[in-house]
Amino acid sequence: MQSYNEIALSTEEKIIYSLRSLYKSNGYSQFKMSKFEEYDLYGKNKDFLINDAVITFTDAYGKLMALKPDVTFSIIKNCTDEPGRVKRVCYNENVYRMSEGDHEFTEIMQSGIECIGDIDTYNIYEVLSLAKQSLGIISGEYVLDISHLGFVEGLISDVGDCDIDAVLKCIGEKNAHGLGELLGERAASLQRLTGIYGSFDKVIPELEKLCVNKKCEEALDEIKALAELFAKEDEIKLDFSVISSVNYYNGIVFKGFVKGVPNAILSGGRYDKLMKKLGKSSGAVCFAVYHDRLKYLDYKREAQKKPVLLLYNEKSDVMELIAQRNRLISENIAFELQKSACENGAYSDIIDLRVKE
Amino acid sequence: MINIALPKGRLGSRALEVFEKAGYTCPSIHENNRKLVFENTELGVRYFWVKPSDVAIYVERGAADIGVAGKDILLEYSPDVYELLDFGFGKCRMAVAAKKGFEYDPLRQLRVATKFVNIAKNYYRSKSMDIDIIKLNGSIELAPILGLSDVIVDIVETGTTLLENDLEPIETVVQISARLVANKSSFKFKNEEINALAKALSAQLDKEN
Repeated sequence: MQSYNEIALSTEEKIIYSLRSLYKSNGYSQFKMSKFEEYDLYGKNKDFLINDAVITFTDAYGKLMALKPDVTFSIIKNCTDEPGRVKRVCYNENVYRMSEGDHEFTEIMQSGIECIGDIDTYNIYEVLSLAKQSLGIISGEYVLDISHLGFVEGLISDVGDCDIDAVLKCIGEKNAHGLGELLGERAASLQRLTGIYGSFDKVIPELEKLCVNKKCEEALDEIKALAELFAKEDEIKLDFSVISSVNYYNGIVFKGFVKGVPNAILSGGRYDKLMKKLGKSSGAVCFAVYHDRLKYLDYKREAQKKPVLLLYNEKSDVMELIAQRNRLISENIAFELQKSACENGAYSDIIDLRVKE
Repeated sequence: MINIALPKGRLGSRALEVFEKAGYTCPSIHENNRKLVFENTELGVRYFWVKPSDVAIYVERGAADIGVAGKDILLEYSPDVYELLDFGFGKCRMAVAAKKGFEYDPLRQLRVATKFVNIAKNYYRSKSMDIDIIKLNGSIELAPILGLSDVIVDIVETGTTLLENDLEPIETVVQISARLVANKSSFKFKNEEINALAKALSAQLDKEN
């Protein structure tokens, strides 16, 4: 018998199962969660969500509930701090968010992993490596862009008083002229940072020149440690325009792109600050793959095979009809069982078991 | 091949001039015909004209790798794109204008007519002011004259239209000029080509100034 993978799954479904199998084989256990959470869980930390619009409703006891707009919160809620240990969880869930185009709520399939606990450089490597492999499953041509918020924050603190949100927005847009308008001559180092893009080997010497304080040095040490682990990986690039909210994320943050999809299909990072806000002392690093973006990919669809038309009427021999049907199923031939042919139907063959009146 | 979205009109023509002077010429774009897309396969560029407010959409969705858009469009639609260069032309300002002698009454909700709903909302939110936005698609200057709104938020180039209609700019919201924007994914997969083009444009603009 053929496996489901060969006969029944669409490309999108194959990706979902391949990702799940990748995460499970790396020791991540699957986490299944409820569709609803108490709204309170999101209300206080709305900035962490990609979009702060949440579908809410009141449950049977009058409690304000939300249709899950995010998975990370639900997983953190169920975690306990265990020094010296790391909890590895993967998921494949629908979340409910505002769509990019028409600003209507939509259901989005999301896969991902969360690595929560006593996080060290190895764990960061493990998550980045899985992010890279996830992109590889989706497409042959991909790029994983990595940034370090510690380095960015170090440079911003050296600039002095400024509108941090506006500065981060410009860095995220690679907008060197915008930084100039905001900071004048003080913008020089940040402007150089926006122009940096490339492999670890190419970028690290430039970062060394930009290092101005301890925060930058610590971040650079972490980048160098990853550079050793990811030596000769062409698909990984350093790009400091990968910006996530500094209120929740710290350290390494990253985004994954595949050719043909106009924006990031994978997004992740280290979010110890969110853990702290939710009363946990552990560290955490995660990523999510957004399946709604797969629509942009130009997969070659397998040509639909024309079915065999199996015609019968009330006088047909039912035993023969069942035998023909079973033969087609066992030979894995697509068929349609009808009493009459469709006018515009395209069939590979017609088996007529009708008996004239 | 780099796909380039240019805004129809004066701004786009000026931008094309800079692209061509920077070495990215395209003879077919100057021919008088009904073609929609113009290619120079040798140089690896493909130009097309689109409505100015659509440039950001073409670039954000990856139909164009890069494009030229006014800062007003970028502020209004907040597309998820890189903003690589300020062309420095197409300069104007987004301003609040009102009938001459207008005085703001803090006890009344301010009625604001504009095409740029998000820019106006963000501007007045930053001032913690409660406003009533009236979205119009054209002839914005008519609104305060006919009493439809107290003020307007619109692009002011020379201010002549305002003056002729007894209106005056009272506050500047933001300075506007043409920007080079790039699709985030294209920037990764066509990095060398886009970087080379941005550098050539920047060098050409430096030469002109």
